[in-house]
Amino acid sequence: MFPWIFLALVVAAALWSIGAYNGLISLKNQTLNAFKQIDVQLKRRHDLIPNLVNAVKGAMEFEKSTLEAVIQARNQAVKVNAAGPEGIKQISKAENALSSALQRLMVVVEQYPQLKATGNIGQLQEELTSTENKVAFARQLYNDTATLYNTKQQQFPTNLVTGLARAQTADLWEITDQTEKAVPQVDLSMKPKA
Amino acid sequence: MSDDTSLNLFQQQEANRRRTVLLVVGFVVFFAWLGFGGDYIYHLSTLDAPRAAYHHTFPWFGIALTAVALLTAWYAYATGPEKVLWSTGAREVLDATDPKEKQLVNVVEEMAIAAGVPRPRIWIVDDADPNAFATGTDPLHAHVAVTRGLVDLCTRDELQAVIGHELGHVKNLDVRLMTTLAALVGAVALMHDGATRVLRGGFRGGSGGGGGGGGSRGGGKRGGAPLVLILLVVWIISWLLAPIITQMLALAVSRKREYLADAMSAQFTRNPLALASALQKIEGADAPTSAIKRGAAHLCIADPLGRRLTAREGLFADALATHPPMVKRIAILRGMGYAQLKLKKEGGGVA
Repeated sequence: MFPWIFLALVVAAALWSIGAYNGLISLKNQTLNAFKQIDVQLKRRHDLIPNLVNAVKGAMEFEKSTLEAVIQARNQAVKVNAAGPEGIKQISKAENALSSALQRLMVVVEQYPQLKATGNIGQLQEELTSTENKVAFARQLYNDTATLYNTKQQQFPTNLVTGLARAQTADLWEITDQTEKAVPQVDLSMKPKA
Repeated sequence: MSDDTSLNLFQQQEANRRRTVLLVVGFVVFFAWLGFGGDYIYHLSTLDAPRAAYHHTFPWFGIALTAVALLTAWYAYATGPEKVLWSTGAREVLDATDPKEKQLVNVVEEMAIAAGVPRPRIWIVDDADPNAFATGTDPLHAHVAVTRGLVDLCTRDELQAVIGHELGHVKNLDVRLMTTLAALVGAVALMHDGATRVLRGGFRGGSGGGGGGGGSRGGGKRGGAPLVLILLVVWIISWLLAPIITQMLALAVSRKREYLADAMSAQFTRNPLALASALQKIEGADAPTSAIKRGAAHLCIADPLGRRLTAREGLFADALATHPPMVKRIAILRGMGYAQLKLKKEGGGVA
């Protein structure tokens, strides 16, 4: 009798580990895929910005510096091409700079109601909002998936197979505090100049 | 079903797959019962007929009805989304030129990213009443439709929240179950109408003639008569109840799901208050959505028929309304929203 119970336990344990292992692998791939999605959205944003800026150049002659800042931040972000955890930091720094430049542009547009009235500025606003949202949602999905993955790795008893699945803690995509907080302040200081 | 909200996404999808299979199997079994039951009754009633008369020994009805049910179920499953969209008169947004439609396309793309599903096909129903629904078989073959009224009435954030709700249905495979159900409800209604006519004609002939033509006459035979009668009664009741049963199924399937999809929308947008205000606007415009008929009502974000029952909760409403009370949905979303605000105030970041 006893050997049978032992055997049953071993089989149950083996089945459970297979399940846990596969669960971790699936989450790992989802995390990788979500990360690739951020990349896709960032590329999309890089491609879109020159067109958008060209479309409104004429109407926004008086806000040249804002437009130039956007273009510059965009070119900077395109140039960053690094890999590894250090690379992610660089990419997110450049992208955050681009985000804040775009945000400034949107605030500027908001300040000129007569500008908003012209058709293509309205479109520009919509496209900018959408682009920024897409990047933000891609990050959100990545962070959610990565958090799930990290939690699973660390929780008992799944953590017993973490080594087997070669699971590693995924870095979350953070928005650095400075840029996030700096945006509204920069806008305020720009206002008298404009 | 009350613990649906506590299941994770994977379990939710599994439950929906299982329920769709159950629904289709149940549908076919029900028709098999109608067919073979009819055969059996006919068989019993011709059992002690004279040698030369017709003896019903081969279950033609059963085989035919089961085949019809199988075909219908397959057809409903395969073309359900098309049929639902067709019945509402929706038109697909292919390349949007109108700024409002362009915005809708953008918003759907954003929410698809947030939900981690491919971008669904987008449809607009030209109806002034705000409403929205999703249909499809899985996230790869999904459709989201909104009424023109919704696009015109809602702000960008509100539209986003509504689309988030619909993609919640897509992501947890509610759409598969609800669309199959909608198609089956339609099919049953159609068949029932036809069959009732045939059946009525049959009875009239049977009670009048007594001997002659076809039809099911249980009449004055000895021995087997009570059994035949009981079977006949049960069988007729099944026929009569078929459309009511399918309707009840449609209702039971959709109510709890709305709360869950609301929560998923909040998860995608991180902005539950936007959905709350969108729901309020939808509720405020209380004209029924005339383009959306009864068959597709359970697919919508808010009851398109504007029924009074939806406003209450309780045994009666639970049994008959397709949607949970709007007031309660809004209250839950507000609760989420204020919890979020409070967290932010205390300095804890909301990811």
